[in-house]
Parts: sequence; C-alpha cells; structure tokens
Amino acid sequence: MNQSATISSAAPASTRAGLLVRYGIWIALALTLLLLPYVFSSRLALSTMSLMGTMIVFALSYNMLLGQTGLLSFGHAVFFGLGGFATVHMLNLVGGNSYPIPLPLFPVVGALGGLFFGVLFGAVATKRAGTAFAMITLGIGELVASSALILRRFFGGEEGITTDRTDMLRVFGYSFGPQIQVYYLIAAWCFLSIVLMYAITRTPFGRICNAVRDNPQRVSFIGYDPSTVRFIAFSLSGLFAGVAGGLSAINFEIVNAAQMGAVESGSVVLMTYIGGVGNFAGPIIGAILVTWLQLILSDATTVWPLYVGLLFIGVVMFAPGGIAGLLSMQQPLLAARTLHRVLPYYFLMFVPGAVAVAGLAMLIETSHQFSIRAAYGPRMTLYSIPFDVTTLTPWAIGAVVFAVGLWLFLRAARLARNAYDAALPQRGNR
Amino acid sequence: MLEIILVSTLNGVLYGMLLFLMASGLTVIFSMMGVLNLAHASFYMLGAFFGFEISRRLGFWPALIIAPVLVGLIGMAVERYGLRRVHKHGHVAELLFTFGLTFVITEMVEMFWGKLPVDYRVPPSLDFAAFTVFSVNYPAFRLFVLLISVAIFIALLLTIKRTRIGLIVQAALTHPGMVGMLGHNVDRIFMLVFGVGVGLAAIAGVIAGPILITQSNMAALLGPILFVVVVVGGLGSLGGALVASLLIGLVQTFAVAFNVSLADLFGTSQLSAVLEVWLADIWRVTIAQIAPIMPYILLVLVLIFRPRGLMGTRDT
Amino acid sequence: MRTFIGSAALALAMLGSTALSAMAQETIKIGYVDPLSGGGASIGQIGLNQLNFIADEVNARGGINGKQVQIVGYDNQTNPQISLVQVQKAIDEGIQVIVQGNGSSVAVAVSDFITKYNERNPGENIVHLNYAAIDPVLTNEKCSYWHFTWDASADIKMEALTNFMKDKEDIKKVYLISQDYSFGHAVAGAAKRMLNEKRPDIEIVGDEYHPLVRITDFAPYVAKIRASGADTVITGNWGQDLALLIKAAGETGLDVDWYTFYAGGAGAPTAIKQANLENKVFQINEGINNLGYGPAEERAGAYMERFSSAPVYFPRVFNMMDMVFKAMEEAGSEDPGDFIPKLVEMKHDSFAKGEEGFMRADDHQFFQPLYIAALGELGEGEKFDEEHTGWGWKLAATVPTEDTLLPTTCEMERP
Repeated sequence: MNQSATISSAAPASTRAGLLVRYGIWIALALTLLLLPYVFSSRLALSTMSLMGTMIVFALSYNMLLGQTGLLSFGHAVFFGLGGFATVHMLNLVGGNSYPIPLPLFPVVGALGGLFFGVLFGAVATKRAGTAFAMITLGIGELVASSALILRRFFGGEEGITTDRTDMLRVFGYSFGPQIQVYYLIAAWCFLSIVLMYAITRTPFGRICNAVRDNPQRVSFIGYDPSTVRFIAFSLSGLFAGVAGGLSAINFEIVNAAQMGAVESGSVVLMTYIGGVGNFAGPIIGAILVTWLQLILSDATTVWPLYVGLLFIGVVMFAPGGIAGLLSMQQPLLAARTLHRVLPYYFLMFVPGAVAVAGLAMLIETSHQFSIRAAYGPRMTLYSIPFDVTTLTPWAIGAVVFAVGLWLFLRAARLARNAYDAALPQRGNR
Repeated sequence: MLEIILVSTLNGVLYGMLLFLMASGLTVIFSMMGVLNLAHASFYMLGAFFGFEISRRLGFWPALIIAPVLVGLIGMAVERYGLRRVHKHGHVAELLFTFGLTFVITEMVEMFWGKLPVDYRVPPSLDFAAFTVFSVNYPAFRLFVLLISVAIFIALLLTIKRTRIGLIVQAALTHPGMVGMLGHNVDRIFMLVFGVGVGLAAIAGVIAGPILITQSNMAALLGPILFVVVVVGGLGSLGGALVASLLIGLVQTFAVAFNVSLADLFGTSQLSAVLEVWLADIWRVTIAQIAPIMPYILLVLVLIFRPRGLMGTRDT
Repeated sequence: MRTFIGSAALALAMLGSTALSAMAQETIKIGYVDPLSGGGASIGQIGLNQLNFIADEVNARGGINGKQVQIVGYDNQTNPQISLVQVQKAIDEGIQVIVQGNGSSVAVAVSDFITKYNERNPGENIVHLNYAAIDPVLTNEKCSYWHFTWDASADIKMEALTNFMKDKEDIKKVYLISQDYSFGHAVAGAAKRMLNEKRPDIEIVGDEYHPLVRITDFAPYVAKIRASGADTVITGNWGQDLALLIKAAGETGLDVDWYTFYAGGAGAPTAIKQANLENKVFQINEGINNLGYGPAEERAGAYMERFSSAPVYFPRVFNMMDMVFKAMEEAGSEDPGDFIPKLVEMKHDSFAKGEEGFMRADDHQFFQPLYIAALGELGEGEKFDEEHTGWGWKLAATVPTEDTLLPTTCEMERP
C-alpha cells in the first residue's frame, strides 16, 4: 500500500529541521483545530465541526480494523453507541455535582465502555477473518440494535437517555453550555485520539496488524497468532469508537438506540472507504466529506443517497485507495519535482469529468422531478436554468452532456495516466 | 399441545422454505464465485417490483418467467462491468462494491415506484385455502412457495453435482487457469453464475412480493436474515442453507409459542428477588418476545462452536 | 502526511459554503425536519407534501400578515443527532418555527434541544410543532413551553377507544399485541389499565410483544391469537408490522375484530383489502374521509388530486398549521415569543368535521374529537376510497373532545 511510502518520507529525523518536519504536521493540525472557530464562527459551523470531529475519531477507529488489519466490519456503530450510553449514564450519575469530575474527562468513560464491549464481542468475532468476520459483525450489530429497544432501562427505549452537560464540576468557570466550548472539548479529544491512533500504527503491534492484513499465514509462521492480533486490534478499535460515542453524547446530550443501528454502521464504512483506507489521513477526509454530504447535499436533493452510493461505487471501482490514495499518488511526483508536468492533464481530465457529473445529475434530477416530485409540477430549475421535465429536451441534453463528458473524461484519463507514468521517477513505487 | 406442535411445525417449515427460496441464490453465487453478494436482497426487491409491474399488465405467470430473466440480465451486466473490475482488488472490494449497489438500487426503485407500498396481490388462481388444520387455513399460495423451493433445491443440486456445467463451474472457482486452458471461457461462466444467482433472488421476489409488503425498504428489512441463513448453513453449502433455513424457521416459530421468562423459571424465591434487581429488563423478557432475534443468537453460537457452519466444508 | 493539509483545505472549502448567513426575509420560513431519504421517507415526504399544499393555499390568499409562507425541508434521516444539526441549520437560516413529527426519539431530542437553546440564548424564541410523535413523556415528564403537539397521545387514544369498547357487549376476550419498544408498551399498558377499570369482566388472554420491524412471518403470532380464543385484538403496530400481521390473519382465516391506532397509515388499507377483512379493522384517529363535512371534503379532495401518487394526508397537520397561522395573525407577529400566548388555550374547529377542540395550556396538547372507523365497501354518497382499494373508512363512533381529556403531570416552566 501507499502508506509506507508516505510515512517513510517523513521519517528522517534527529536534526532540528528533521524534527520540524516530523512534528510540524501535528503543530499545524493543532493550530488548525484551534483557529477554525475564528474562521467559521456561525453556530451551524460550530455544530458541524463538532460533529465532524466526532466522526473523524469514529472513522479512524474503524480504519484500525479495515485499513490496518484488513477486517471488514458491518457492526462498528455498536461500540460508538455503547460508548455513548456508558458516558451518558455516568454523566447522569455524577450530574448535580455529587462527584467532582469535570466534563472533559468523560470521554474516558466512553473509551472504557467501548473497550469492554470490544473485548466481549471481539472474543467471538475475531476468531475468523474475511467474509465470515463481516457476517458475524453484521449479526452482532443486529443483535445489539434489536436488544436495545427491549432492554428499556439501560437504553432508555426509543427516545434514548438525555443528560445535561452543564451540570458537572466547572473548571476555570467553563460551563460547556455554549457550543464553542464543546467544540474545543471535541477538538482536543479528536487531536489526542488522532495522535494516539497514529502512534499505534508506528508500533511493532501496528506493523503486525498490517502483516495480518496482508498475509496471516506468514504471521503465524513467525510466531504470532493472527486471531490474537485481530482481537487486540478489535478491542482498541472499540475503545476509540467509544471515545467518539462519548464525544457524541456530550455534544448532543442525548444517546439512543438508533445510534447503534445498521445505518450508522454503514455510514462509517462509506466514510472510511471514500476517504481511503490505505492512508492514515484517509478516514479523516472521508469523515469530513460524508458528514458534509449528509448535511448539505440533503438540502439540495432528497435522492442524495444515490449520489453517495454512486460515489462509493466509483471509488471502489476506480480508486480503491480512496481520495487519500489519489492524493498520495502525487507524492513521488512532488518529490521528483515533476508534478507540474501532469497538472495540465489533471485539469484536462477535471473539466469533462465535471461536465459528465453535471449531465448525470441532470438526468437523475429530471427523472426525480418527473417521478417522485410529479405533484410539484413539471417545471424545475437546475443550474439556474428553468425547464419542463415532460418535454424530451432536458433528458436529451442530460444524456448527451453525460455521454460526451464521460467520453472526453475517459480519453483525458488515459492521457493523464500516460503523463503520470512518464513523470514518475525511474524505479518508482510501482 | 398437539395443536401447538403441529401448527408450529407447519408454519415453521413454510417460513423456512420461504427463507431458503430467498437465500438460495446467495448461496449459489457464494459457492461458485466466492463472492458474498450484499446486494442480494436488493435484487430480490427488484424481482418483486418487476413481478408487480409485469403481473398487472400480463398476469402473474408471465411475470414469474420474465422478471427473473430481466433481473438476471441486469445482474450479468453488473458482473461484467462492475464486479469483474473490482475482482482483482480482492474480496473486501467485492463486498464493498455490492454494498454500494444496495444504495443505488434502493434509490432507483424509489424513483420508479415511489416510497409507498404497492398493491401486489396473490394471483386469483392460487387465492384459496388449500387445507385446514385445527381450523387454521393454509393458503394454496404458501404451498406453491413450498413446491417452488423444493423444485429449485433439487434442480440446483442436480445441476451442480450431476451435470457437466456444474463440474466446470466448480472447477472454475478453484482452478480458473486450468479450466480456461481447457477451452472454457471462465469469465463468461462467472457472469452466467451471477446472473443465475440474481435471477433466483428475483424469483423469490416475484413470489414473496404478494405475501410480504412490496415496498422500497423491503431489501433493507430482509437483508441480514439471509446472511444468517448462509453463514449458519456453512458458506457456500446448498444443503446447509436448506437445513439452516428450516432450523431458523422452526426455532423462530416455536419460540413464539412459549411465554417463558427467567422470572418464571426461578419462581418466587429469595434468589429470584435478588436476581430481579440485578437483571432488571432481562428478567421478565419471554422467549416469545425475543423470537425474531433468535437467528442472530444462533449465528453467534454456531460461529463459536462450529466456525465453518452446519454443513460448510471450508473455513472462510 | 501531506494529506492532512489536503483534508484541512477540504474542510475549509466545505465549511465556507455552509456558513451562508441568514438573509433578510420577506417570507415566513417554516422548517420541516423529518426523514426525506431512507426508510422513514415514505411518511416524511407526506408531511412535506401537505405543508407545501397548505403554504400554497395560504399564499394564494395573500399570505400571513402580508408575507408569503415558505416551507424548507431538512432531511434528518430519522437520526436524532443529524436532526439536531439540521435544527441548528434551520435556526441559523433565520427559521423560528420547526415542524417535526416522526419518531419519539427524534421528538424528545428536538424538544430538549430547542428548550435548552431558548434558555441559553435569551431573546431568541424557537418553537417545536410536533404533528406525530405521541410518546406520553412529551406532554408529561419532558413537557416544554416551546413544544406543542397535535396528535392525541397513546393514553388519550386508548381512553377514547376503551370508552367505545366498554359498551360492546360481545367483547369477551381481548388479545394485546404490540411492538417491543416504549410506544408499544405505552399502548398495551394503557389498554390493560383502562379495560380493567371500565370492563372488569373482559379477560385479557394475551399480552404479546415482538421486536420492531424484524418479523417477516406473523403466522406463529396469529396461531397464538387463535389458540387463545380471543374475539378482539388491540394493537399499536404500524407500518409493515401492522400490514403483515393483518395479512397473516387474513390468510389463515382468523376471525376477530381489530382495534388499531395506525390502520390508516400508508400500506395498511391495501393489506386490509388483500386480507379481505371487511368492517373488521377499526382505527382511531382525529379524522377520516367520508364524514360528510363539506370544507374537509373539498380541501382533502384537492390535496389527494394533486398528490395522487401518495393520496395520504394527516388531518392534524391541517389543524396544526391553521392554528399556528391564526395565532400569527392574531398576534400580528411571526415570532413564537409573540404568538405562543395566542396559541395556548386557542379553540379550533377541527379539520375533519368542524367540531371544536382546544390547545390545553397545562401541557400544550391539542384535544380534539376522535373518530373510530372501520374499513369496508363504500356506501351511498361516500366518495373517498383508500389507496385505490375501493374500500373506505366508515364511521363507527365519534368520541367528543371532553371524553378524551386526561390529567397531565407536566410542570411547565414558562419564561
């Protein structure tokens, strides 16, 4: 995978400049998290960023399984939800200041909850890998989600458990009522989790995980038990998912059974894979992108899951490394200072690509207006052009734009590919 | 008591065979291609909607033939232009590809047929009570489902074990290179297998549509139970899938008949008063209440004690 | 690691586009936060259709206080967390009236959020109009000054239903079957309590719970009902859990009367017709077609003609919007802080038959006449069938508003 190439380039340390290169990225990340609220100060932006921060931790924890250990889980939301429930129960227990514990420490409770259930379910699930593992996690997910509605005292039934985060011991007078304070709490935990999860990938254990992903047989030859490695990875992944659940509980002050369901488990798969499983930063990109799509694309069109589904299929088929994979493919070119040779081709590819997407969107939206939204009349406006969907013209235009765009895109993609290969330094990573 | 046992057995078998009908295509695709098709339930849904649309124009019987063929063709196209491409990235990529497909198919179905249930009915020629046991009517259509399931099971078994095609297909999974060298087009074989598997899903859709609710969320609601069937049965084993379907059908049906909870088991002793406090919610939950969750418990148990499934031959 | 920078840049670009500030408005914007994609969308879309229909009516009359009404849909994917971000988005876009209904989980979250929001942001007033979530906690323990509900709660409906059942001498044995979650338990609990009180001679022969939307085969449950010898079944089931239950009963020839809350919901009339259970399935709600009330027939007729592919509507949504618009006009303001006092204690002629209901100040629950009806072949002068089945709802009894009143434990904090 590309990961090793990406990381090793940051490795030469020991000199001062080396240290700066090594830690510069973390300082930049911390500064970004610190300064973001000054750039986007609206309350919506704060809520959105808080949600994104939570989802980043969640997606990264998922990638400990999928990307690093090669385990495809369809029930990861279980740990997210159970971590959230652990946190919210502890908040209510401690609430009213009966024990002096400040709010920022509570994600630890989520972590412990996630770890506990990670160990419990991991003991069952990680005996197997591959397809069987995927099915077991699917089954566990269903089991927990169904039980949650039956066990009403712990899970609070359909409406879930609510809490009040401002009711805790206050440190430095922070009440955590305003969203901005919650944002910083989440940002801090997000940063900490990213650092920890990155650190885990750098340990010998992280390496063994990769080995289990790539060739479990050889791992057992060198004396490690693959299923033990999977078990530890699964438990740790549950721990961080629990942190994410705890952050979510603090952010929304409510946790309920829907959070553990198949939909949530599915969306973390989408986030992680679209972002890129082969690169540590991939899930971060994916979490930001998919959360954004869920919130914003859903305003533009109610068939947004279709677009997300198509995007996902597109990534699986054409860019299995995800968005981060595509970005890190540029690394060797950047190092060889040949990127400028390829950029024009990318631009050439991008234009018809955008045209093709626009044409496809036009086809989809026109059919949507024609079928589901028929009661709203045949008139609609797309790209600020009004038209009538009962006439043939918009369909024809959409189809032609799509076809032409796609054809040109494929041509340009071939050119770009050649240019890329040519620009790649000799003895490159392929 | 006899009434309960007899009626439950009958109901369990009928339900189990319906499950087998739905899961058979999934098993076929997995046993011959090694791909677990997460979009199987989506193709089942496509079958139901195609069946609905065709049967209101041409009648139920033509729909039973045409809809599976159409869906099979769609499946072959999906295999040819999608699945084959991701095959080289391994099984996880294949699983994810079919996972993405579920979103796309659901949205497409909504676009054509809307989000509300459609009025897909049992054909008049089969809409009567076939026989009555303890004043419970058993509709003819349910027996028809049973017959079709048995017929499909036998046909599949014979095709795989007794015919040349079956041999080639099985060989193509383990030794694709060798089969190719013997002059068979491996790609085309896989494409056909996928088409057939998906077509079986569509048959299940055409038949189950009138019994269940034909609606755009039917795939999502059905999905997980089918995977339980094929995993419990042993991935890729047709006989296993049959046994697992019947087992799940019977377990679930008999569980509904029993209103026993932990509270009933322990009676009113000092111990039970303590347990009641500690177990809280679980204490009064009856077996009947959790009957539909039993298959998932079964799944976990089977995978702990018999990781290859009931009749599976290999550990994947 | 460079991809970190890439992701940060991506985040910046995206947030930039979300940070559009609220524009000065000449319109009254109403936010609709409900599922518009995924499994819940079949119902969520109906609510949106109906709000748009009402907005078009009002706008054709010249709007409210001289301003046009605009409905803005926000897809919450039936997810409480997404809902809260969507509510925040609506508030940032200058919306003060939030309509939501599907899912008690979402309703509790939204009501809680809005109450805390108004408290933490003095001077800003947001109101939550709930048209469907009927978990009793919303008007009892978790009631709020900023939450109003138009659907009768599970307790109220059961109170009315048992008042009707107590006079039916032929009911001897009742079977209860419900979905295993808080609402199902609320329904079954109320049924047991109230029947026991009003008709102690009725025997409860079964009290069954099954997991929510997990069941494909209801035959075993029907067998159990039959074995119990019940003549009547009460169920709070909705959606496919009701439709499949009814279908299984029809298939096996189970002959009982059904008392339901949601047999009017999408898909259920089709199932009842398929099961051929004529005049056997009763439902209780705040209005049906064919009550012979002119204004309702005209309005509902126009609605169903326009939305002919999904000709389902909720009478309570008409009640809700009519009352809210009336309150805005009386107050001469669209700020909830100004119009809520007008809405509280407001009397309103209910949509279905023009009979009077009122908004109770104690818990912000709208009390209205309820109608018990059975589905069957249309009679003389009955125009509307359900879901093109040829069958329609036929009135069995009217429960006047005063027979639906129930005490509340709500201790409302008023600003």
